[in-house]
Amino acid sequence: MANIETLATHLREHLAETITSSQIALGELTIEIPREKLREVCLLLRDDPALRFELLVDVSGVDYLEYGISEWVTAKATGSGFSRASDTSESLRVIPWDKPRFAVVYHFLSVTHNHRLRLRVFVEGEPPMVQTVTDLWPSADWYERETFDLFGIIFDGHPDLRRLLTDYGFIGHPFRKDFPLSGNVEMRYDATEKRVIYEPVSIEPRILEPKVIRTGGYFEEIKPSVDNIK
Amino acid sequence: MAEIRNYTFNFGPQHPAAHGVLRLVLEVDGETIVRADPHIGLLHRATEKLAESKPYNHSIGYMDRLDYVSMMCNEHGYVLAIEKLLGLTPPPRAQYIRVMFDEITRVLNHLLWLGAHALDIGAMTVFLYCFREREELMDCYEAVSGARMHATYYRPGGVYRDLPEKMPQYKTSKWHSEKEVARLNANRQGSLLDFIWDFTERFPMRVDEYETLLTDNRIWKQRTVGIGAVTAERAMQLGFTGPMLRGSGVEWDLRKKQPYAVYDQLDFEIPIGVHGDCYDRYLVRVEEMRQSNKIIRQCVEWLRKNPGPVMADNKKVVPPTRMAMKEDMEALIHHFKLFTEGYCVPAGEAYTTIEHPKGEYGVYLVSDGANKPYRLKIRAASYPHLAAIGEMVKGHMIADLVAVISSIDIVFGEIDR
Repeated sequence: MANIETLATHLREHLAETITSSQIALGELTIEIPREKLREVCLLLRDDPALRFELLVDVSGVDYLEYGISEWVTAKATGSGFSRASDTSESLRVIPWDKPRFAVVYHFLSVTHNHRLRLRVFVEGEPPMVQTVTDLWPSADWYERETFDLFGIIFDGHPDLRRLLTDYGFIGHPFRKDFPLSGNVEMRYDATEKRVIYEPVSIEPRILEPKVIRTGGYFEEIKPSVDNIK
Repeated sequence: MAEIRNYTFNFGPQHPAAHGVLRLVLEVDGETIVRADPHIGLLHRATEKLAESKPYNHSIGYMDRLDYVSMMCNEHGYVLAIEKLLGLTPPPRAQYIRVMFDEITRVLNHLLWLGAHALDIGAMTVFLYCFREREELMDCYEAVSGARMHATYYRPGGVYRDLPEKMPQYKTSKWHSEKEVARLNANRQGSLLDFIWDFTERFPMRVDEYETLLTDNRIWKQRTVGIGAVTAERAMQLGFTGPMLRGSGVEWDLRKKQPYAVYDQLDFEIPIGVHGDCYDRYLVRVEEMRQSNKIIRQCVEWLRKNPGPVMADNKKVVPPTRMAMKEDMEALIHHFKLFTEGYCVPAGEAYTTIEHPKGEYGVYLVSDGANKPYRLKIRAASYPHLAAIGEMVKGHMIADLVAVISSIDIVFGEIDR
């Protein structure tokens, strides 16, 4: 595998003005760029002979709404179930978060140089919007459709931005953190009406294992080598 | 003169050649496909969202159910991501066991693929031959994990338990006479490794059998040569990996290029195709089975010589043994914490990949320091392959569509997740 430091240096030289953050952690290079510069950077990533990222391996949405929020209140738990002892309000925030709620994460692979790169773009607004890269890598087509379907992130310029994984006529974006795990509607066949009907879910969402964040614990913290340019 | 226009119809969601629940909206001009639009998601179970609501170890079982013909490979990708974030390295014996079962899984996957592919194109016998061999490999799964398919055998830190010293045997029943049982148990007298070794002795001959039926078969070649061809450059643009990319002539295999586990210590070769059509992909996968057989043999030899632990010695991740729990207070506390809360993974993110039988299987894991994944994204290997089907079948006949669908080796558990 090509040296990741060399790749980072090369990117820093060419994109010094654009990159807002670049870090190497666990042997993986991550760069963050403002969303307006996405297409410009992607073009360079694909065509620069020293980069040559021919493969867009993956596009994934991330919703940072509950990032770093623990939900476990030990004192209140005595004598009651897990659900009552859980609290997802800001009061239990362990890791501070001042960035936008949504991010689109691209994973690139270069077959020529055998290196990988992670590119993160934070997207703001409602609906969050970012430009498409389908014309640069055709493989982005379904990945962007999936991210739109599950997170509601709009890819501006995508030729055919339809829902992909959810049902026809589905409402909402299920992978957002404020979408309940058990969904909003359930479907059944109604014998009297002789058709399939939708109705609000009958199961109550409950917490089986509360989310606990333990810092300063047993495992070593992952310390990325951050070199912010600005 | 009558007005002629294109005809649009559904292929699936329930179709014997759709390999699961694939709905293809086809627009045809006569028998020629003008446009194919796959509708997926009929098997969408939101695995990634479910994983966000559970401690890390609970989701290993979900991984088996993604690509349900290459179970242990999915597990491998997932546990590697957790291990990367934890900074945990499994002992060498566990890594050899993993590689051996990865390759057994690859053979399992390719056998099912070959059988189904041949069946779709009209060759019945190959299917029966392939399932004969699959049965023995399923027995290996069962011997090691107790389950024939959904094993949940890999764990962060190693594998659940060491290989069994004794292979389970058939018993006489009203369906099997004593004589028949003796024949069935003939290669089950020793350990699991002996059984696998015996299998690898015979397996290359079995592959020869499939090849006698297909490789030079006139009908087989007529149905696959030049069908669904993709150039190397286009394959990369479309995000192809694994046998699909190698079939197009790109020498790219993560086991060689970005080795994980102990692949860098094993001797094997990477077959590549030339034309990128269904026939080349068939040749690549058949050769891969032979190479996997070679890897399995090397692993068996190593495992026979090197006994040792199969789990990392880390009390914060690995549950204590039953015996330790009964005697040691600390072990009891660890057991309680691990099974009620799980372990907290340091905040950070990791993307791990493995060479899955279908291509690159990636797991993107974001942790915020909690006992559950914050975000788990699974990069399904055959997802981009199916996305490109419209392009691959354009201008081909409807019958060729069936050949292309089966040659891209899709499983909906993985595509829909």
